[in-house]
Amino acid sequence: MRDEDIIVLQEPALTAAERLYLPQIIDGMRVTLRHMFSVTARNRRVTQYPEQKNPQWIENYRGVHRLNRDPEGRVACVACFMCSSACPVDCIHIEAGEAPWPDREKYPVKFDIDELRCIYCGMCEEACPCDAIELTPHYELVSQSRAEMIFDKEKLLQVYEETKETKRRKNPAVTGYGLTGDQSKDVARPAAEPKI
Amino acid sequence: MPQIMNYDPADKTATPVDRALRSPGILLTAFAVIGVLTAALLVVLWLAFADTIKPVLASQFGFSVVLMVVLVGLILLSTAVCILAERKIAGFIQDRKGPNRAGFWGVLQPAADGLKFFLKEDIIPAQVDRPLYLLAPCISFGLALIGFAIIPWAGEIHWPWMAEGQTVTTQVASLDIGILYILAVGSLGVYGIVLAGYASNNKYSFYGGVRATAQMLSYEVPLGLGLLVVLLVVGSLRPEVIVNQQAESGVWNVFLHPIACLLVIISAFAENNRAPFDLPEAEQELVGGYHTEYSSMKFAMFFLGEYAHMVTNSALIVTMFFGGWHIWFLPNVDNTAWWAALLKFGVFSGKVGLFVGLYMWVRWTLPRFRFDQLMRLAWKSLVPIGMTLVVVAGILVALGWQRNWFASIGVNIVLLAVGLWLASRSRQPITGRQISLADIEVRPLQPV
Repeated sequence: MRDEDIIVLQEPALTAAERLYLPQIIDGMRVTLRHMFSVTARNRRVTQYPEQKNPQWIENYRGVHRLNRDPEGRVACVACFMCSSACPVDCIHIEAGEAPWPDREKYPVKFDIDELRCIYCGMCEEACPCDAIELTPHYELVSQSRAEMIFDKEKLLQVYEETKETKRRKNPAVTGYGLTGDQSKDVARPAAEPKI
Repeated sequence: MPQIMNYDPADKTATPVDRALRSPGILLTAFAVIGVLTAALLVVLWLAFADTIKPVLASQFGFSVVLMVVLVGLILLSTAVCILAERKIAGFIQDRKGPNRAGFWGVLQPAADGLKFFLKEDIIPAQVDRPLYLLAPCISFGLALIGFAIIPWAGEIHWPWMAEGQTVTTQVASLDIGILYILAVGSLGVYGIVLAGYASNNKYSFYGGVRATAQMLSYEVPLGLGLLVVLLVVGSLRPEVIVNQQAESGVWNVFLHPIACLLVIISAFAENNRAPFDLPEAEQELVGGYHTEYSSMKFAMFFLGEYAHMVTNSALIVTMFFGGWHIWFLPNVDNTAWWAALLKFGVFSGKVGLFVGLYMWVRWTLPRFRFDQLMRLAWKSLVPIGMTLVVVAGILVALGWQRNWFASIGVNIVLLAVGLWLASRSRQPITGRQISLADIEVRPLQPV
């Protein structure tokens, strides 16, 4: 910041009519009057929710979470705790257990998300290496108690059932997971031994 | 490419009762039925008890009591309508619709609001000064209702069964000191806010209360001075004399003294803690200001007291400056039939409604005054103008020219010109920093 960078403004003083303030006030009131009586402007801007809803960017909207299923219908999560660690508010609680399927080590026995504590930032979705957890475009979340809003694994899978047509599971072709159900196909270590 | 989710556009969220309450046909029928039933009830009462009612209406006292009951009902009704009107007007100015869910066009919104206030939990904080805390909203609301007592709504009525030449006047109380009464009641209204701020045991409320008090006391002076100009011109404190003079000469006082009218309007806005002077209750500044600690019905009383005060001030301004019930093509002072009185009442109410609309229009147009700007405006702008106006009006009265339109308007124009010339000569800003944004020269930065 040099002396040459400083701009000195020559502020002109108010004229006599301007000091009265009334012309400006009346001018402003004329603008508001125009808006008060313009029915077309009003109808153009108003969305009567819930009969009309605004357009929504389905791919990017961060609404309620869901746990995806892989093409074989198993829950895609491998209980790696990446989402739980990435969450800024600690709203994800996972209990890992030994997976009943041969090609996977772990799976989540319990997967709870406290939807009231969640800030819907999407860090869990970004952190997940298996595209298991995703945020859906569903935002109309209503319940009658706080306990109802702690979504367990069944509820999250139910959200998946309800939204899997409207929002497809993102980019399995890129990540390579879930296409064949073979979780041991680690993209980073292609020569790894499959677990028995 | 944003896609629209496939929500069903059919209105599945409204219950049948909701849909019935929202349909215009059902609501209008309900209102019509209620109106017809009320009218039928009044007609039946009249036919049944005509002989007892007639002497009551013929006596000023009885008529005043009846008028008082009718007025209190009407004012409470108009306060409720103000709630809806404020929100609808605010919405329309801001390019959106106001409430339209609680009945078509939101007509049941005041009922919904009232129900909400009644059913809310009534919280009284532990450390408040209880008597004053509970008294404050009562003062605020009660005084706003009292102010209507001396307003002449419809001139004089001569009922057909009265003795020849006798009339009843459509005021609840016809006092010799009419306008002084309104000024006194308005000044007492400060107490409601003072006590609310003081008794709330909350420094932000206290701050708001103190600011509101200072503001209201400061703007009492220009209000009094502006009204004094009219009183000098009219020569009497009685509001019916003021209105009758305007009606008989056909020249409203606003055409005689527009600057005084402006002074009174601005002071009335400030008296009412109404935008752009609503700093004491601004949410961004002081949470709720002096009514932070009040919940449910007590808060509703402040709220409704503000609207009732607005209607009172509008009625005062209409009486003093805009001819009261007078309109040029309608019956005048000498017509004392009861139907003429109804017409005059309608005209008066219409004018008051217009002014209430002006209040709301200004609120949603102008930004808020900062507190020091507010006080500077009162003491350094409005009070000198008011004092000069009073002196000039006194000179006009001494010369006998007070109802001469040319003299009055000429004097006003001269005062305006002199005031503007004086203001433009002074180097000091009147209300804080004043920068004209018309043509500021900005030299762009030179590239490095």
